Amino acid sequence: MDKIWLVIQREYVARVKKKSFLLVTLLTPLIFPAIMGIFVWIALEEEDNQALRIIEVVDDNKLFFLESSEQYAFSFSDINSEEAKKLVQDGDRYGFLHIPKFDIKDPTGISFYGEENPSMSLISYLENNLRKKIEEQRLFESGIDPKIINDVRTKVAIKSITLDEEGTETVSDATVNYAIGFVAGILIYMFIFIYGNQIMQGVIEEKSSRIVEILVSSLKPFQLMLGKIIGIAGVGLTQLLIWIVLVGTLTTIVTGFLGMQMPQQQAMELANPELAQGLAQNTEMGEILQVIAGINYMEIALSFVFYFLGGYLLYGALFAAIGSAVDAPSDAQQFMLPVTIPLIVAYMGLFVFVLNDPTSTTSFWLSVVPLTSPIAMMGRVSYGVPFWELALSMGLLIVGFLFTTWVAGKIYRIGILMHGTKPSYKTLWKWIKTNN
Amino acid sequence: MLKINKLNKSYGVNKALTEVDLNVSEGVVFGLLGPNGAGKTTLIRIINQIIDSDSGEVYIGGELLAPKHIGLIGYLPEERGLYKKMKVWDQMLYFARLKGLSPHEAKLKIKYWLEKLEMETWKDKKIEDLSKGMAQKVQFISTIIHNPPLLILDEPFSGFDPVNAEIIKNEILELKEKGTTVILSTHRMESVELLCDQVAMINRSKKILDGTIKQVKSIYRPEVYTITLDHLTRDLPTEWISKEDEGSYSFTLPLSGKLPNELLNELMQYGQVSQFQELIPSMEEIFIHQVKSTENG
Repeated sequence: MDKIWLVIQREYVARVKKKSFLLVTLLTPLIFPAIMGIFVWIALEEEDNQALRIIEVVDDNKLFFLESSEQYAFSFSDINSEEAKKLVQDGDRYGFLHIPKFDIKDPTGISFYGEENPSMSLISYLENNLRKKIEEQRLFESGIDPKIINDVRTKVAIKSITLDEEGTETVSDATVNYAIGFVAGILIYMFIFIYGNQIMQGVIEEKSSRIVEILVSSLKPFQLMLGKIIGIAGVGLTQLLIWIVLVGTLTTIVTGFLGMQMPQQQAMELANPELAQGLAQNTEMGEILQVIAGINYMEIALSFVFYFLGGYLLYGALFAAIGSAVDAPSDAQQFMLPVTIPLIVAYMGLFVFVLNDPTSTTSFWLSVVPLTSPIAMMGRVSYGVPFWELALSMGLLIVGFLFTTWVAGKIYRIGILMHGTKPSYKTLWKWIKTNN
Repeated sequence: MLKINKLNKSYGVNKALTEVDLNVSEGVVFGLLGPNGAGKTTLIRIINQIIDSDSGEVYIGGELLAPKHIGLIGYLPEERGLYKKMKVWDQMLYFARLKGLSPHEAKLKIKYWLEKLEMETWKDKKIEDLSKGMAQKVQFISTIIHNPPLLILDEPFSGFDPVNAEIIKNEILELKEKGTTVILSTHRMESVELLCDQVAMINRSKKILDGTIKQVKSIYRPEVYTITLDHLTRDLPTEWISKEDEGSYSFTLPLSGKLPNELLNELMQYGQVSQFQELIPSMEEIFIHQVKSTENG
């Protein structure tokens, strides 16, 4: 046990002390908001600076009118399409929209000419406007006043409330649950990949630099493998903890800053619980706040830590086994497939099945099978999962990582001493079966 | 110190060790000889408990080999390496602690050795910044840091430059003086005669010979003599192919069933015998002879 502890310490300290660790840890929480901020800023700038684009409209039906926007202006002059094309070619017009004469029941043949490819947003803007016009026209022709249609349009929002056995009502909102499941699932996916790879690299380093022979004369290969996996898990947890603290601090600072700019009255309303409750019941924003307050954070946090570690341990052992079997990282490729495929299946499953329908059969199996459960179950936890399913999934995950660690240990102990041979799956299987 | 009984190990169909017995007395330098692939490394790995044998026993200091004996052995593998990014001091501390030294003991020992081999100034350097010879010294210290009573060195001089090889050789002899038992595995047999007290030869998984250097040398005596004759009194028989150098004739002759004195008497009739010496075979020749005789017999 003492020796595993020494290995854990070494693996941990060697990585945490690296400058790259410090950089990645400190910069990552800043990089994503920064990149997003830059994009938003650029987009805003572009919108502000863009010259007004004039589009010539030739409407043979004499029916349509398009309203100009900040970006696009529409000119309706009675020229023919040849002249309009010329205007585009000369650069006097950004584009030319040709609406030929057509049957209102079957509007076809509308075309847009431009010097460059028009953006998706422009095309859909034009399409929407024309569609609306045609619909209105057809309603009018069948004797319905379009105004009536506008009057009867209603917005419906359903407040979803979950009832548990004790009758407690919790307001839930699929968007918030989705977001939590999404972030947690992706974090676990990334963590397994990044740190699994670190395990593999570490094992290959020890093997290829032949340190391993000295090490295994002092301790059991299994101790060495376990020490490495746990040590690197420590590095990951440290990183995560720093991120949480950083993001927490940043959020506090930012909201504090915004709070100071908030009008006095609103701030007072928020500070007064009774008023805030009134606010919460009435506005949409308040509903979301209520949802956020209603989520069982303790359960989510505990499950997150559990699946985070469980998934990492399960895959970490496999990554260690791969590292032990090969001489160089480039040789590892052939064995990576069986490890990456279930991870990618879990990742895709999270988006396609779990987040959209957390209680479907596919979601259930994805969140129970140990290879996919760490990622898939996190997509379900925020929606609330029956206790027995959670227990089954966690139990299977524990069994799963004990099993992969056992298998990996068998491959590892032989693999690390093998040099110069490229093992196949057949040899790996032989190693697993060997007793000594 | 170390006793090995009928040790067997095979990898699949390949036998690595077949019924190997060894007996290494305390305080000697024991040479484990044999060509590459003979089974030396397998034997050493079994002693180091890196791998298990299929059958047979290993006793260390009279006790059956067990995990608690790890601290008694210092092992320098043939293929060796260090963590490139780790500092000399940290690296030594890690290896010493893995061998079971307390942090305090370990630090004292590291200090002692760094001073002894004049390496104090390197202790904060990373391995990747050291020259190859320096790194090898660090490696050697890491091997002996916990004062092991049994030291196993696999091809210790391969890759060492002559200066460092000499330093390491002297350290090995000094450790032997202090009572350390050293097992030295090598396929370069010319180096063992100077260092070893006992040897064992392994070929194709089997031990083919062992004993003290003198015993081993007495096993294979080709009974050939080198002879130099001066002042010839009559012509030498033509079948004695000789080399003439300013009136001295040198050649070799086998005893061919005679006693050495009978041969000497015969030679004296041809002139003045200025040299008459039995040809002692080198370890290499003994090995080759032994391989042939075990394969034929």
